[in-house]
Amino acid sequence: MNEYEVVIGLEVHVQVKTNSKMFTRVKTGFGFPENTLTDPVVLALPGVLPVMNHAALDAIVKSGLLLGCEIAPLCKWDRKNYFYPDSPKNYQISQYDQPICLKGHVEIELPGAARNIMGEHKLIPLTRIHLEEDVGKLNHGAFESLIDYNRAGTPLMEIVTDPAMQNADEAFAFLTALKTVMVYGGISDCDMEKGQMRCDANISIRPKGQKELGTKVELKNLNSISYVRDGISHEILRQLSVVKSGGKIVQETRDYDGQTGTSQSLRTKEDAHDYRYFPDPDLMPVKVDEPWKARLKAECPEMPFDKQRRFMKDYEIPYTITSVLVPDKALSDYFEATVKLCGQAQAVGNWVTNDLLREIGKRGESIAQSKVKPENLAALIRLITAGTISTTAAREVFTEIASSGEMPDGIVERKGLKASASSDDLELWCKDAIASDPKALAEFKAGKDSAINAFKGPVMKAAKGKANPKLVDETLRRLLAL
Amino acid sequence: MAAVQIDINHLAKLARITLTESEKERFASQLGDVLSHIAELTEVDVTGIEPTAHASPVYNVWSEDVAQPGLSTAEALQNAPAQKDNMIVVPKVVD
Amino acid sequence: MSTPLYFKSVAELSSELSTKKISSVELTQAIIARTKAVDSKVHAFNSFDETDVLSQAKLSDERRSLGKTLGALDGIPIGFKDVISVKGQPLTASSNMLKNFISPYDATVTEKLKAVGALSWGRLNLDEFAMGSSTENSAFGQTHNPWDLDRVPGGSSGGSAAALAAGEAPATLGSDTGGSIRQPAALCGVVGLKPTYGLISRYGLIAFASSLDQIGPFTRTVEDSAIMLGAIAGHDPRDSTSFKTQIPDYRAELKNRKGPWKLGIPKEYFGEGLDPEVAHAVESAIHFYKSKGCEIKEISLPHTKYAVGVYYIIATAECSSNLARYDGVRYGHRSKEATDILDLYFKSRAEGFGAEVKRRIILGTYVLSSGYQDAYYVRAQKVRTLIRRDFLDAYKDIDAVITPTSPTPAFKAGEKAANPLAMYLCDVYTIGVNLAGLPGISIPCGYSKSGLPIGLQLIGKPYGEADLLALAHSYELEHSWGTRFPDLEAQKGVRL
Repeated sequence: MNEYEVVIGLEVHVQVKTNSKMFTRVKTGFGFPENTLTDPVVLALPGVLPVMNHAALDAIVKSGLLLGCEIAPLCKWDRKNYFYPDSPKNYQISQYDQPICLKGHVEIELPGAARNIMGEHKLIPLTRIHLEEDVGKLNHGAFESLIDYNRAGTPLMEIVTDPAMQNADEAFAFLTALKTVMVYGGISDCDMEKGQMRCDANISIRPKGQKELGTKVELKNLNSISYVRDGISHEILRQLSVVKSGGKIVQETRDYDGQTGTSQSLRTKEDAHDYRYFPDPDLMPVKVDEPWKARLKAECPEMPFDKQRRFMKDYEIPYTITSVLVPDKALSDYFEATVKLCGQAQAVGNWVTNDLLREIGKRGESIAQSKVKPENLAALIRLITAGTISTTAAREVFTEIASSGEMPDGIVERKGLKASASSDDLELWCKDAIASDPKALAEFKAGKDSAINAFKGPVMKAAKGKANPKLVDETLRRLLAL
Repeated sequence: MAAVQIDINHLAKLARITLTESEKERFASQLGDVLSHIAELTEVDVTGIEPTAHASPVYNVWSEDVAQPGLSTAEALQNAPAQKDNMIVVPKVVD
Repeated sequence: MSTPLYFKSVAELSSELSTKKISSVELTQAIIARTKAVDSKVHAFNSFDETDVLSQAKLSDERRSLGKTLGALDGIPIGFKDVISVKGQPLTASSNMLKNFISPYDATVTEKLKAVGALSWGRLNLDEFAMGSSTENSAFGQTHNPWDLDRVPGGSSGGSAAALAAGEAPATLGSDTGGSIRQPAALCGVVGLKPTYGLISRYGLIAFASSLDQIGPFTRTVEDSAIMLGAIAGHDPRDSTSFKTQIPDYRAELKNRKGPWKLGIPKEYFGEGLDPEVAHAVESAIHFYKSKGCEIKEISLPHTKYAVGVYYIIATAECSSNLARYDGVRYGHRSKEATDILDLYFKSRAEGFGAEVKRRIILGTYVLSSGYQDAYYVRAQKVRTLIRRDFLDAYKDIDAVITPTSPTPAFKAGEKAANPLAMYLCDVYTIGVNLAGLPGISIPCGYSKSGLPIGLQLIGKPYGEADLLALAHSYELEHSWGTRFPDLEAQKGVRL
């Protein structure tokens, strides 16, 4: 393995989330009854013509801006001519030699040494991004195939990376990072199960130090981000074993089966298509000017990893918390809104990534749907910090807010959850707690400050949660100092 | 002028049209004649000339992303040579 | 002798309808009767629906009785070349590939005509997929020239021209890619207009060569042409190649624009291959314009001789791609012999397409194929730029170009069919106009000694239809070629 290095390039298709199709205004959608999202243009009936979707163009220019691409000032459409039953015109409208975006990069994060340690960051360079139209869906039976054209014509961005990745983990990280950017930008949800993101991989190996690339193999049918990683790993091993046993890599396309973890050859180079690309005479070229770019630039969100770095630096919250917050833009926005109101970033981070997520998960809600708004959570956290309620009590209040949307003060009043134990009771409970744990007492006296926490549990229990944690701490210390 | 030779088998394959032997012969010869006539184009000096993509340069012709009604499934399939379960039927497609 | 209803112009009929001298139903019945009487000889129609057109006529009469007439064309039956989509009607392109295809949508021009109350009348024959110059390439039998049934009406819009000439419709629509409106108009003695590329929407026109195709009207008079153009011209958001431009009142402008004009005679158009009777008729027309104070100037369009070659590269390249959709999968002819999907493509297309269509697809595939594209397709597009430039340079000093439409009057059926190249050269005067995207009109300018119509072509400036129509109108006002009609009764029927 050490004598060879691996070169991987990815070709990723991302469906743009628009209301209507790329070259006609019939609705887009997934999971609709067969052939209910068609019109004469989609079906390529005699006499129809394509018309560009303005929003799809916005989406690709925005994607280019997000990914640091060069946006071509002028680009055009080309016909890619080939016959296939899922392609109604038997040509696909695409962009051949003048794609709308060139170069650019995707920042990825590789797995760290441990789960709570941030891994290495790398920039994966892109070659190009262009727009094209999606094809219909073939449903294969025993002797026939059934064709559903609902998907045909949906806007598709084709993102091609440089052959710049070195292993399956990088490919996995690439797709995860790309998906987050696309979701942040409102471009696509990149749900691979719904066909919103699809990936083919080109893999080759070469002796370490060789400049020339080895023969590449194209791997298709990688239906999930995990299958991409598994398929690439499998292919690397396959190529290594071919070469080790003295064979030569054949340039071919292979079909990966995620269930069995095996691949088989689909076609070799001899069957390569002559696509006879030529400029589509039915469509006018696209000029992207500065005002257009400026308008979209203003809509571009902060990039996910930039946000992560800022969270760790400005809010001083741990990496693990940020890695839960950042991939979900709604969640990070919620976090920031709450911190703005109460300032307690660490506490907010904990509540959001544990309690809030658990609660909305239970209720099948989205962040937006949760009755726990930033105002509610901020108020709750302020109550805890002030020592007005204990953490235990706070959890009860939180669950109540999630049902009713009430502000915490009201709930605390109504349920009598204030940490209101009398100071006499508190003295008694603290004395009892100290007395019943001589081991902890000895440790504390020996200098271990954290031993004091052993007494707090029993005190709280006796107080039925209604003791002010600050007072508990003060009282214990005073008694222990005696 | 010698007629230009074309690979009629290759072209018929690309165009997905089965030609009979007699068609292949006839077309190859007729098209060879046409291409010889066309060969005169090589004598034109096209240095610095842009190919005409469109007569008048117009850019950014699009429409807004508002969904419009399409065809009903029945209309979509009304001319279908074979259909089943609201889908077009073809012989099984094997890659 | 008064002109029969079926030979009257749209303007006349419109006037008679509005003065209630006739009803749309009466007019339509007369058209239907005429069609039934003569179409067995002419074979202009692929199909027509009598019940449907009469019900449209009835609705028109109802509108008129309620004072809700939609315009000059309300109640007038218009024939449609069988490549222009009308919802619920066949759309066959005169091809076995689409023999049973019924369209589920209207072309934009169809919508526009319906919006002004015109009646959609029948499906008119053409060279299959608009590829041809004689209508002999139709899969449903050729159309015969009403002036001499042994001769061709021209093509590809042969049915549209012949139907009008024979009185089977007061006006028709055709399409023109290399001369397919103008040449049949000339051969059938009627007026045929190809507008500037982009003036009329192509949405709903079966595409042959996307950068060349345009829909246009066949009419008896230039005034009728102006009426039709006004109804169907205009920007269409569903056609990205349609142009945003002000549509003048073409009919009103006929009176307002009087010339005199500066006319150019391209020397390259008057050489070898031009029939002397055609040359003579065109020269007479030039003399006429001169006598009206027009300046006549000899010009040169130096790249003329390359036009046919350039056309056949570009048009076949585009059509090879445009016709890929006809594969027997979603609609159209599907071979019963197909055992697998590849077979389905190969055999359906082999069975569905005629020889000329196959030839052009093969040629188009060749000029686009790997290794040849630069030499053929790209080069042809560059020479096309030069052809357009020839015209635009000439237009610095002149207003219009005047030429014959066709090198010969109508030729006999079968005369050129065996030699594709000879057939292609029929288009030599019309083709450059499509390549340059300019408007062109053919008007009758005489008859041969044997009584065959001769056409005069006038070519205008981009979007200069108002001037072009006025120029044509000024000739027509002082000539009466359009009042002669073919005598179909005297000619024996010809076996289809």
